[in-house]
Formats: sequence, C-alpha cells, structure tokens
Amino acid sequence: MRYLPNSDSDRAAMLKATGRSSVEEFFDRIPREVRLKGRLDLPGPLSEPEILEFFRQAASRSSREYVSLLGAGAYSHYIPVAVKALLSRGEFFTAYTPYQAEIAQGTLQAMFEFQTLMTQLTGMEVSNASLYDGSTATTEAVLMAMRVTRRSRVLLARTLHPEYRQVLETFIRHQRTELEQVPYEESGQLDLARLESALKAETAAVVVQSPNFFGTLERTAKIAEVVHRNGALLIVTITEPLSLAVVKPPREADIVCGEAQSFGVPVAFGGPYVGFLTAKEKFLRQMPGRLVGQTVDTEGRRGFVLTLATREQHIRREKATSNICTNQSLCALAVTIYLSLLGKNGLKRLAEENLAKAHYAARQLAAIPGVATPFAAPHFNEFVVRTPGDANELLADLRKQRIIAGLNLERFYPELRNHLLVCVTETARREAIDRMVEAFSRATGSSAELAGCRTAGNGAV
Amino acid sequence: MYPQEFLYTKEHEWIRVDEGIGTIGITDYAQKELGDIVYVELSKPGEHVAANESFGTVESVKAVSEIYSPVSGEVTAVNAKLQNNPEMLNTDPHGEAWLVQVRLSDRSEIEKLMSAEEYEAYIQKEKSA
Amino acid sequence: MEKRIREARPHVTRNERLIFERSTPGKSGVDFPPLDVPSVSVEELLGAELSRSEVEGFPEVSELEVIRHFTRLSTWNYGVDTGLYPLGSCTMKYNPRINEEVARLEGLATDHPYAPEALVQGCLGVLHETARCLEEITGMDAVTLQPAAGAQGELTGILMMRACLTERGDPRKQILIPDSAHGTNPASATLAGYEVRNVKSDECGCIDLAELKRAMTDEVAGLMLTNPNTLGIFESQIRQIADLVHSRGGLLYMDGANMNALVGVARPADFGVDVMHLNLHKTFSTPHGGGGPGSGPVAVKKILEPYLPLPVVRQGPEGTFQLDYNRPRSIGRVRAFYGNFGMAVRALAYIQANGFEGLRQTTQDAVLNANYVMSRLRSFFDLPQGCASMHECVFSDRRQAARGVRTVDIAKRLIDYGFHPYTTAFPLIVPGALMIEPTESASKEELDAFIHALGSIAQEVEENPEWVLKAPYTTRVTRLDEAAAARKPVLRWKPSH
Repeated sequence: MRYLPNSDSDRAAMLKATGRSSVEEFFDRIPREVRLKGRLDLPGPLSEPEILEFFRQAASRSSREYVSLLGAGAYSHYIPVAVKALLSRGEFFTAYTPYQAEIAQGTLQAMFEFQTLMTQLTGMEVSNASLYDGSTATTEAVLMAMRVTRRSRVLLARTLHPEYRQVLETFIRHQRTELEQVPYEESGQLDLARLESALKAETAAVVVQSPNFFGTLERTAKIAEVVHRNGALLIVTITEPLSLAVVKPPREADIVCGEAQSFGVPVAFGGPYVGFLTAKEKFLRQMPGRLVGQTVDTEGRRGFVLTLATREQHIRREKATSNICTNQSLCALAVTIYLSLLGKNGLKRLAEENLAKAHYAARQLAAIPGVATPFAAPHFNEFVVRTPGDANELLADLRKQRIIAGLNLERFYPELRNHLLVCVTETARREAIDRMVEAFSRATGSSAELAGCRTAGNGAV
Repeated sequence: MYPQEFLYTKEHEWIRVDEGIGTIGITDYAQKELGDIVYVELSKPGEHVAANESFGTVESVKAVSEIYSPVSGEVTAVNAKLQNNPEMLNTDPHGEAWLVQVRLSDRSEIEKLMSAEEYEAYIQKEKSA
Repeated sequence: MEKRIREARPHVTRNERLIFERSTPGKSGVDFPPLDVPSVSVEELLGAELSRSEVEGFPEVSELEVIRHFTRLSTWNYGVDTGLYPLGSCTMKYNPRINEEVARLEGLATDHPYAPEALVQGCLGVLHETARCLEEITGMDAVTLQPAAGAQGELTGILMMRACLTERGDPRKQILIPDSAHGTNPASATLAGYEVRNVKSDECGCIDLAELKRAMTDEVAGLMLTNPNTLGIFESQIRQIADLVHSRGGLLYMDGANMNALVGVARPADFGVDVMHLNLHKTFSTPHGGGGPGSGPVAVKKILEPYLPLPVVRQGPEGTFQLDYNRPRSIGRVRAFYGNFGMAVRALAYIQANGFEGLRQTTQDAVLNANYVMSRLRSFFDLPQGCASMHECVFSDRRQAARGVRTVDIAKRLIDYGFHPYTTAFPLIVPGALMIEPTESASKEELDAFIHALGSIAQEVEENPEWVLKAPYTTRVTRLDEAAAARKPVLRWKPSH
C-alpha cells in the first residue's frame, strides 16, 4: 500500500524491539468476541487511475454544463489560480492547529491578516479566526448575545436564510430561549413597525440578514436605533459579503457575522465553507472560536499566538463559551489570499460588476410582460422575480436550455409561490443572461395567456 | 509565610476580617498554580455572595479558576486596580491585589476556616499528593 | 550542544511583514475581462446612504507579491509533509495528493447545493457511498455527514440521544464523562442541556466499573467514552460497561477520535456503542489545514436513526439518489446544506485507495509504530501506567522534572531537532504528560530519528538542564509572551502600527 512507508523487514525489526512475537498481541485488550471476523465490504484497493476514473464519472453526473443562477447562501465567483497554488503548499494544508507558535508563524500571521480583513470589511472592532460556516456563526452570535445581555428571547427576521434559522432552532432548543419571527414588508425589507412591537424587555438580540435572503438590502441603521433603545443587541448576518465592497457596512450593529465562502472557496455542493464572526471590542471575552493575537518573543520581535484560549473548550470544559475546537483555517487562508489578490481595487471592481450584471438581468426580466421584480428596495447581486405562470414549469423549460434559472422560493416561503430567487455574479456572461431572458420571454409568452391574476405575497404572518 | 491575621479556605482564598468587613483574596499558592494572570472578573458592589459560592473568576494563560467566597454577605468594594493590572495578583496576592470586600452577614462562618498554620499544613499535603 | 543534533540544521527564511504593510496604492493582483453589460453607478442604484466608496485599509498588492508573501509564510510552518508530527489523539497522517485532485474536479467542486437533484447525482452518490463505507467500518446502521467537525458531531450525537430518551418519556439530566476525556466532551454535553458528571478513571485511564455502577442512575442519559482512551488504552471491560449503561436505560456514546487503532480490527457497534462520531481529518486522512476544515460524521444504531439531522441522502428503487426531508422525528439541521462535502470526497478516495486490506494494515502499522516508540523511549522517560497502549503512548516528565525541566520545555527543545512537538499537558490525568501518536505515516527510519532526538534531549536534561529550558534556539521567533497577548489583546492590524 503506497501510503505506508514501512517494509515487512522494517515491521519485523520493530516488532522484535517491542519484545512481542506478533502484531496481534497489541490488540489483546480487545475481547475476542468483539473482534472483526471476516472482511468489510469496502471498495478498493484502487490505484490512482482507478480512483480518478470513479470520481470523473461522478463529476460527469453534475450540473457543470449548465449556467447556474443560484445563490441563496452559496455564491459562484471566479477563483484566481494563485489561491489553489498557495493553498496546495504542504506547509499550509498539512499543518495542525498552531498551538506550537514558534513553528506555526505562517498560519498564525495569515489568520491575523484574516481577522484584520474581516473587521475592515464589516466595520467591527474584533474578529475571530473563523467558524464552521454562516449558519453556525449566526447561532454562535445569538448565544453570545444571550450571554452578554443575560436575556433569553431572540427576534429573527423572516428574511434570514431559512436554513440558518433551522440550525439556530436545533441548537437553541435546550437553552431556554424563545425565538420569534418578524415579517417583511412590501419593499422586501424587515417590517420596522412589526419589529418595534415585537421587542420586549427580555429580548436579547435581533437577527437581520443583509443582503437578506431575497437579495434586498436592509435599513440596518434604523433597525439598530430601535433595537438599542430596547437594550437588545443587533446581529447582522451576511451571506454575500462581496456586497460590503460597495454597501456601507453595518457599523451600528453589535455583532456582524456570516459566510465568507464567496472569497475564494468553491461552492462544492455545500461545504466546506467558512463562517466569520466580528463584533465590538467590549464583547471580546464572550466571543467563541479561536483568536490570534500579536505579541513579542524574548528578543522583542513581533510574533503571533493563539490567545484568550481560556474561553475555549480545552480549558474551560463545561464552562466554555461554545464547544468549538476546529476553525476553518485552510478556508480562512483561501479567503485571505483571495482578498489580498483582489485587494481594495479589485474587490470594488468585482462588486460593481456583480451589481451591473444583476441589474441588467433584473431590468430585462422586469420588462417582459407578466414578469415582475416585486421588491422595490435596493439589492446587490440577487433579486426576486415573479413569474406569471407556474415557476416550476418555467424552471423545467429553462433547464432544457441548460440554464438553472434560480431557486423557487415556494420551497421556503409558502406565501411566495411562483417567485424565483435569481443570483447573477460575474460568472454569468452577457450572452448567457440574454439567453435566459429570451427563454424566459418565450416560456412566459405562452403561459401569460393562461394565467389569471396572481398576487405576490407580502410576508404577512 | 502566610499572614497570621488571615484565615484560609481549601480553595486557596484568604480573608481578613475587620469590624464586620472581610477583605478577600487568593493565596500565593493559588497564583503560583495559575501562572501569569491575565484577567479578573468579579461580582459588583451591592451584589450578594454566599459562602462557598463563586463570586468571580481569575484567568491565566492556561487556566481559569472560579473564586469562592469564604463568607456570605454584601459586596462593598471591588479592587479596581486589577482591571488594568491583573499581573498584581502574581506579585502581591496577599496585599495590593485583594479582590473584594464583603460585609459579613454571619460571623460564625469564619469559624469553619483554616488558620495560617493549618493552611500551610494543608498545602504541604496537596503538594505531595 | 548543537553538534549532537544530527537530524536538522538551521536554514535561512525570509522575513515578511503583514500584507497591509506591503501595500501601496493603486495595485491589484487580478485583472478583469471587459464588462459586457452596461456599467452602473453604485450611488445611483443604492443611494448615498447605503453606498460605500472603498474598504479602508484593504491591501493593494500585485499577484507576485501575494505569491511571495504567502510562500514565505508557508516556509515558517511545519506540516505532516515535513516530517513526523507526533501529536497525541490528532492522528497526523499523510494527506494523499489524489484526494486533493479529485476534490477539485469540476462538477464536484462546482455543483450548487440547491441545484435540482437530477443534475447532481454524482455529488449525492459520493455522499451516499461515503456514508455507506463509514457504516461498514463502524458496524453502525446509519451515518450523517452533516456535522462540520468532531465537536459538532458530539453535540449532534448527544442531541439525538436526548431526542430518543425524550420520546421514551424522560430525557434525563446527566451525562457521565471520564476525567481523561477531551475538553470538547463536557462542553458538548453542556450545550445539549445536560449536567456533566465526572467519572474517575483508574491509573490506566479506564473506567472503574464500581464507580460507574454508583454513578449510573436513572438520572443519567448516557456515558461518553473515548475508546481507546486518551492514553491509547482499550477499555477491555467495554462489554460490561455497555451492559451497565444499557441496563439502566442509558445510551453509550463513543468519541471516535482514536479510531485509527480500530479500523478493520474491531467495530464499535459490536461492542455496544449506540452512537459515535468520527473525525475525517484524523482517521480518514483529510488535511488538518492549519486548524480546519474538518468533518465529524455521526454513526448510529437503528434506534437512533429516526433522529438523524435532515436531510438524509437516500437511494431510491431505480438507483437514483434523493434528499429526504420528510423526517418528522429528526433533531433538525445542524448546519446549512449537507455538510463538508469536500471532506467526504477526500475520505472516500482514501478508503478506496486502501481497501479493506490497506485499512487494516494501516491500523496495524499505527499500533506497531506507537509500541515501537514506547519500548525504545522507556529508558529515558517515565511511563506512568503499565497497561498496553495501542496507537499512542503517554509518558510523564517526572524524571526530568526533578532537574527542573518539564514536558513543555522538552517539547520546545525537540523543535531544534527538526520535529514537531508531541502533545504536552494532556490528558489531565497524567501530570506532565508527553502524549505521542506517530500514526502509520512514519517509517522506521523517521521513528529512529525521533527516538534518538528525545534520547539526546533526556541526556541534555541530565547534563545541562538550563540549556533545555531556554529552547528552542533555531526557530524564527523564540518563546512568545502569551501573557502579554492575553492581557492587552491586539487582534488586528491598524494603520498607525
């Protein structure tokens, strides 16, 4: 077996040195009755070409020939090849957590840079070195807010990613907490009046996503005002942080968290991704996850170490702020490399391009009779389209043209039947957008005649 | 080396009682075990503490320790200097780096505590265990 | 002193400031194709209130500078690729390159989780097959790949236990955990709403049956066990332990961190485990990446199957794969989408490369390597317990402590010899622990070099302990002031610095 570096004579020599006569003896403590008898039904052993063949087959049964206009928490952006080249360096990807700081300054400095980049993007004061993903980062933010305020009710915008809400529900169930949803209004944004009436003395935090699940930008400054008057914390979660290159960051929030997958991490059927959590400095000691701090060595040279580890599980055990052990270091490194490559200028240009393409598509689609973009508030690279006929039929039609035209929102929002969530990034070429619009036009042309009146949902709950 | 006028707990806290007010800190043994102290979190003035219950934590780089109150009562003062200079706990745990002052609600509780000799014997046993 | 080191020599590595300190205005590391749609004005579209003109402080560097920056940083690190990485319970094994290659294939790296199921049969098939292989290896009836890492797997497993017991009528209040356990165990139990009750282990780190009997009341939901334990020792009384827990209506959870000692030799399902998690980044060769991403699949017996997080990947009658959301008794989602798919790809490739024979040989080599190291190091270091350990061994620094040198100091000195340190100060039940897990990814030659290094350091401790105390001497930075880092935390770069 090619991964095993010892020959049979090596094994024999080592066995001799231990004074045993057979390797079996090392397993003596395992009771005979529970030892495996016979074989396991596993594939292999396979050579490299055979493994490649298997996975190439799997890769051929994919949507790679299709133009995809899906976003909804996972975004297709071009990843410069330098990212992969640098990530592939064995010293980065085969290293462990940097507990031995003297021989891990590479990882530690990169994570310090990651923390800096995230605070620059979000307008917050401190960042950790990443969490598993946006959904668990949001959950951790809520737990944090509950610890800080010592309150137990949480308000969630209905326009928070539904799967993020589901994850929060799973983990909050045993924390004596109440979750309540706040609906959206006609503009596609959080209903401020409903928010005010939902805030109570026991409200620890309000969670708002911006751009929200519909792609719409929220009025975070106004929301913060209302939330803070109540003594609660504002958590803004961001699934498409590319928006922060052209959208003012929510500086009035207390915690800004979310998903950094857009920055150099492939869509990869849902993972691994990379969550981020940034906050005001006063919440530092309640912050979960790893933190990299700057310090000096005995000669006064600058260096970096994991710090404030006493919040973490390996020291506090039952009293830890969370049970997180791993961060998403390699993915956070990809983010750091990606953002370094794009930099201030590249990121802005990329965001403008996303904005331009999405608005181009939205305008063209809205111009088709029977098709509307119902939410009037500003959006970034995602928006909602109302179809005159059955959205599933339309999607099926477009699939024949090798276009995955978006997500049917009915999946998560029963009040939004026949509404599609469409995401247009820089990866969609104009001719693909035009083809999509054309196909849309053709498909809805016929169903527009059959359709009667359709009302858009307004999120009334 | 442990001040005679203090009384001691098994959790390595000390208390000096003057006219119904107890000044509480951690012992030299405790600060040695913890290592370089980086942060201290304590109850606030006005809050109530109960004997053997935690009224805060002391953090070092590698450990966090709860601090348990030797007595019950109301917190009357907290040592503000520890906010910015937690390392004082390493250099002067029996003096400048006291943690809190408490107005005792039940004087009899101090009878359960150890004298300086008893405490020294106790830590000798701990060390050899 | 340094002449006795034969395994390593110092080498020049370039210094490198922070990327922000390299930055000068106007540069970028990417170029864009021309915009093929009408350009827009951000201010017009979003309004002045919402618009941002730039991200202040963001770096501006060229592609070359990015390459040099991160390449230099990488030269300051030590990885499995560099040499032995003997961290205990971390299983720092070789990360096969073919895994990286297949994970990057277009179609696998690019499919969107919400793409129509008919178009992502390849990805769904990979998830299904990986789960099946893990079921086979553990002997369990069902596997979820959703948890993002071991700790999340633990939490998921305990939540499932809780759901099962709740349905039976009483979730109960406590979880028993041996004091030799990894820190995530009690943290996970607490997050699931349970009180943690510690069970004392004996000097071998094994459960004291009498203690367990006393502790195992009707208030106890279950026992969380690592097997082999954190000393590398197998719980030989595992069947009695399982029977005891079950007889009182509890469930047995196994932390699978040490599966590298069991794969192909014994299956946890066969010795009474009801639920367990695996670490793909340990046993199944997915890379540690400097601290993640990992993956912590959870494997369960039939009784817990209804509570699996949703969705579950199923294979329909015609052989097509589907995502099953219709699971009313599920504990819900533990993360968005389906889990760390990229790690499942790598784990499956690893399993395929090995096959059953390769996996069993891997386990045997891992155990042989650890025992070889243990037998050769005994003359230098104290072995606090006499029980047979499997894939890892734990020494204590008692002998060296008499000269004022502790496990941390020895570990730092080991760096000068060109090795990554072992795990210091864990498990807690061994004071001054040196926990060593060589894994199967170590040739006899590499192990002999490691043994020689530690032997040499033991000698240094006898002859010149002061020298060892100030180690390491050859690293880019000397020992860092951790107290200062924690007292006045500086966690980001600021322009004035």
